[in-house]
Amino acid sequence: MAFYRYLLKRLLIVIPTLLGASIIVFLLIHIIPGDPVTVMLGERASDAAREALIERLGLDQPLHIQFWTWLTNAAQGDFGRSIRSNTAVMDEIFARLPATIELTLAAVIIAVVFGIFFGVTAARYRNSIVDQMAIGFSLLGVSIPIFWLGMMMIFLFSVVMGWLPVSGRLSLGLGIESISGLYLVDSLLTGNMQAFWDALRHLIMPAAALSTVSLALFVRVTRSSMLDVLSEDYVRTARAKGLGMNKVIYKHALKNALIPIVTVVGLSVAQLLGGAVLTETVFSWPGIGRLLITSIGFRDYPMIQGIVLLVVLAFIMINLIVDLIYAYLDPRIRY
Amino acid sequence: MNSELKMFVRQFKKNRLAVAAFIIALLLVFIALFGTYLTPYDPLDTNLEARLVPGFWADNMENPLGTDGLGRDILSRLLHGAGISLKVGYTVILITALVGISTGILSGYMGGVIDLIIMRLVDIILAFPPLLLALVIVAALGTGIERAMLAIAIIYIPGLARIVRGSVLTVKELPYVEASKAMGGSHFWIMLRHVLPNVITPTVVYLTLLLGDAILYTAALGFLGVGIDPSMPEWGAMLSGGKDYLLLGKWWVTVFPGFMIFLAVLSFNLLGDGLREAMDAKLRI
Repeated sequence: MAFYRYLLKRLLIVIPTLLGASIIVFLLIHIIPGDPVTVMLGERASDAAREALIERLGLDQPLHIQFWTWLTNAAQGDFGRSIRSNTAVMDEIFARLPATIELTLAAVIIAVVFGIFFGVTAARYRNSIVDQMAIGFSLLGVSIPIFWLGMMMIFLFSVVMGWLPVSGRLSLGLGIESISGLYLVDSLLTGNMQAFWDALRHLIMPAAALSTVSLALFVRVTRSSMLDVLSEDYVRTARAKGLGMNKVIYKHALKNALIPIVTVVGLSVAQLLGGAVLTETVFSWPGIGRLLITSIGFRDYPMIQGIVLLVVLAFIMINLIVDLIYAYLDPRIRY
Repeated sequence: MNSELKMFVRQFKKNRLAVAAFIIALLLVFIALFGTYLTPYDPLDTNLEARLVPGFWADNMENPLGTDGLGRDILSRLLHGAGISLKVGYTVILITALVGISTGILSGYMGGVIDLIIMRLVDIILAFPPLLLALVIVAALGTGIERAMLAIAIIYIPGLARIVRGSVLTVKELPYVEASKAMGGSHFWIMLRHVLPNVITPTVVYLTLLLGDAILYTAALGFLGVGIDPSMPEWGAMLSGGKDYLLLGKWWVTVFPGFMIFLAVLSFNLLGDGLREAMDAKLRI
């Protein structure tokens, strides 16, 4: 019962936050210094084009009516048309979204798997060389600019070694029948192994670069959380019973050590969503991060608004889910 | 030197990594202050005759770190860039501190509707992934290093306001605040004289960890070519478009500026960690 009350409370907090965020995104077009129409169309636009844009964006309406129209349209997934390409904003975003989801998911998987593994190993062999390396790595990982790291990876693995492709999601001439839009999943579903390996080779470097900061964070948190748990009585009891260290760690200790890690996973989502913009730019990855940067360059405000609102929505929802998982895992926690 | 400070210094010195970071940070500050006098060339001077020339490893002592795609001397640009990065870092911290502390105190001390509004606003801003928020603000305000600084400061203000508000809430119930009120002290006087000194420690802890982060965000904006003029010798902007040179094997165009960002961020992060630990140790006693 308490869990459902908590769920309801959390859901109710989300609504004003989302509304506030959408006001900020809406106002974006109105805080542009000078005339937004000139900014978007350039100085030499014809009067007819200017008037058409003013009407399309509803800029001749009073502000509150503009907001209401924009919000009700946005709630139905209609963010208007892109100024750059004149396609519907949502269509273009949805065409690009799977690329970003695939990249971010791959980065999360890398960060979680390796982060927990290295964190646990460091805690298990405390003060050993492995531990020192894990600490060193987690220090370096949060300070390295991932866009530079990505470039250095390209130089090493593509230019010098020639192992991995430089950019994009798939080699020219290969095609994958789109089901989910995630190339790895779709190529497996259709049994297209050649495309699967090719997509995987394209994905490795960007995903690894994107995962770095989160990975460093996970190593640090897993290590300290595991060290706490390993000093508990029940761990000693399990060892005294004669249980092997691997069994103790992965069967008894890890489950309890995971709770703080769940929170950090939530925190790192913000970093991953921001990092995707950088990684996609470095690796010419055709996701929404790169679309955002292109749109900023073209001052394509309807597109910018659509992308930002969608990402904020995703961010709020993921945090909500993480909070709920957290509350579920540890029933003592209710805010 | 008073005993508290002595204790702090002793604690800080124990952390060797932080001391090393402190020395590197000092060096960076020195470069930032005097870099313009040290540079062999004007960082904006292009020389199309000498594009992408390798540096000392190819016995080129005129441009020890080589030249970029427009023939500009990379070393000169790096030295200038230190000033830009640090200036942005310190300005961001200053804006964050001023706005964050004052809104935090106002929110915590006044309570009621003011508190509600400020805290809702904080929630809303924190609902944006930081880099995305900075991009959006810069996209609206247009290019310029001042605007980039403002955009980055806005990322950090809500966090600080929340921390300050938290400590104000504990302070304001203490007897001496009560006493000051009874003696007829004005709200402004109480906030300034009794509340402010108590929020300094958590603020300093927050701000020391922020410098490296702010430098990283500045570089990210520069790299993305959003908000910072691409011809500026900003370290991140120097990396922008550098991938094409990497593919040609001209690695020096990207390796050095990126390494400077890394070094600066790492040293300020380690320094921040060290300061925080030393301060915590002081607080415990």
